[in-house]
Amino acid sequence: MNAATLLPAVGVAAGLAVVLGAALGWLATRLRADPDSLVERLDALLPQTQCGQCRYPGCRPYAVAIASGEAGTDRCPPGGEATARALATLLGREPRPVDPRYGETRPPQVAVIDEARCIGCALCLPACPVDAIVGAPRFVHTVIEAQCTGCELCLPPCPVDCIALLPSPGEAYRACTAPASA
Amino acid sequence: MHRAGFRMSARPVLRGGLRLESHKARPLEHSVQLLPAPSIAVLALDQGSGEEARAVVTPGTRVRVGTRVAAGIGAAADLHSPVSGEVRAVELRPTASGQGTCIVVASDGRDEREPGLAPLNWSTLDGAALLEALAGGGLAGFGGAAFPTAGKLALARVAGVELLLLNGAECEPWICCDDALLRERASDVVLGTRVMLAACGATRATIALEDDKPEARAALEAALAAAGDARLAIVVLPAVFPLGAEGLLIAAVTGREVPTGALPPEVGVVCQNVGTAAAVARYVSAGMPALTRLVTVTGSGVRRPANLEARIGTPVAELVAACGGYGDTPPAARLIAGGSLTGRALATDAVPVTKGLNCVLVATAADLPWREAQVPCIRCGDCAAVCPVALLPQQLHRAARADDLAGLARFGLTDCIECGCCDYVCPSAIPLTAGFRAARERQQLHEAERRRAVETKARYERHRRRQGEQAEAERRAFEAARRRAQSDGAGRA
Repeated sequence: MNAATLLPAVGVAAGLAVVLGAALGWLATRLRADPDSLVERLDALLPQTQCGQCRYPGCRPYAVAIASGEAGTDRCPPGGEATARALATLLGREPRPVDPRYGETRPPQVAVIDEARCIGCALCLPACPVDAIVGAPRFVHTVIEAQCTGCELCLPPCPVDCIALLPSPGEAYRACTAPASA
Repeated sequence: MHRAGFRMSARPVLRGGLRLESHKARPLEHSVQLLPAPSIAVLALDQGSGEEARAVVTPGTRVRVGTRVAAGIGAAADLHSPVSGEVRAVELRPTASGQGTCIVVASDGRDEREPGLAPLNWSTLDGAALLEALAGGGLAGFGGAAFPTAGKLALARVAGVELLLLNGAECEPWICCDDALLRERASDVVLGTRVMLAACGATRATIALEDDKPEARAALEAALAAAGDARLAIVVLPAVFPLGAEGLLIAAVTGREVPTGALPPEVGVVCQNVGTAAAVARYVSAGMPALTRLVTVTGSGVRRPANLEARIGTPVAELVAACGGYGDTPPAARLIAGGSLTGRALATDAVPVTKGLNCVLVATAADLPWREAQVPCIRCGDCAAVCPVALLPQQLHRAARADDLAGLARFGLTDCIECGCCDYVCPSAIPLTAGFRAARERQQLHEAERRRAVETKARYERHRRRQGEQAEAERRAFEAARRRAQSDGAGRA
């Protein structure tokens, strides 16, 4: 066997290597897995209460932490078992119940301001992560019920403790459509 | 034991379904009885479509017969006062769907008509003008869904439908108000059909009714002969439940299946109830909006079952009283709005008549397929055999119990017409349809929650951005102030 007979085979192999390498390189940039897409998909499963009970400053930061492996799927009390299960399913992990250290899962609630006691200090306005409190300094504040997520973040800044959390009005309806236990 | 009364239908006109004891003879022994106007009319803003109209009157407003009291939006048609008098309240009251906002009108007993209500010269109007005129009549689907008639016809006109299908297939046991209507007012149905034909732009109309209504058929044939309109025809179908369901009737008459999630105009058909046609006729010939409807009051728990013409807003208690009241032997067990299969139990007889209420069933224990205690599913498949829309109720049932939303979607929960055939044949006495209704409500809640989460997230992101901008502005202002202070200090030095 001499070099001349090897030449075409080497040429073809080298050509293929160049062509396929270029194709793979191009496809790698073209079809690259978007590192954010997992975060987006995790974030879409979270309840968006922005309550911070997971010890992250909002739902999206928690989604980032799950995606990077920093946090588990068991830190979202407002989402409860359904959210924990959905997060674990997306990641292909064994579902785990919500860790009670991060808070207990409660029925949906809304904040209500006792307008007789509100002094109009406006401290709760910036605390609300979803701008659900209407008010201005020295005017009585009120909560837009439909927009309140019941995150409780307005409670600490209130100097007169005039904010209470009540069960969400839709709760009775939700309860009566629950699957029959029979 | 409770399966004794049924036999699966053999004709290919409908897959599955049930042939049931009709229980329609007694109310049809007498002609339709006109009920006097109520002293208090309770007008539910939701007339049965699930959407509330917007009240345009307030307590104290004087109204006459035919005064518009609520404006239609979306799936709610206009609503008119059936009596003259004064609006007492706009408040929550018990209704057929639980409770809802109602306009309460106290009648002055004088029945003064709203001036300006005049017959409509419909044959001179073109389609669009006619649709606009019909929209002012508060006409809504009298078959039960109470969807605004003008809106439905307008959709059909845009889609360019070919066939107007009149639904006289009153297939559910006990209900017979359409039968009574066809027997006594067939010419109204024919006139209303011709008006709707002009409004929707279809080329022909077919009036569908069942083979167990020979009197209605004869009356209708006579009215058709008198009208002499070659575009109208009758089609007679076997009496099988639930053939009167819109999609199934269209399939039986035309052979076309309405796709999942689509509306009948997709297959060139628009469907209207015969009662709606009669209301259209009354509106064009007398200028009267939809103020009354025929209601069957029946069941072994009422003394004299009858078909009544009642004004919208009349409490059910007055209907029952007009039929001799509740019987004692055997005692009434359930008050049901609708028939024995798809009807809904009423908590009180204070519920008012709505445009969608076709029947008040005062049922004794013997009238209903009374259920033994529920036992687990044995997977016999009887439910799949009777399901007229070819679903697998046993699989849906498993998914519903597990609250498995993906499974419910995969097994076609959206296609379920809630006819109740599966409940009827289930040997384990499982209330399947009730479970599917609840699952559907849960599905809607879940979707609403997801939509809300998306909105909440957007608001949170705006909040974060604004706070960031504020902090930045404050920092700049602070820097600027410090520089000014420094330069001032330097200047003075």
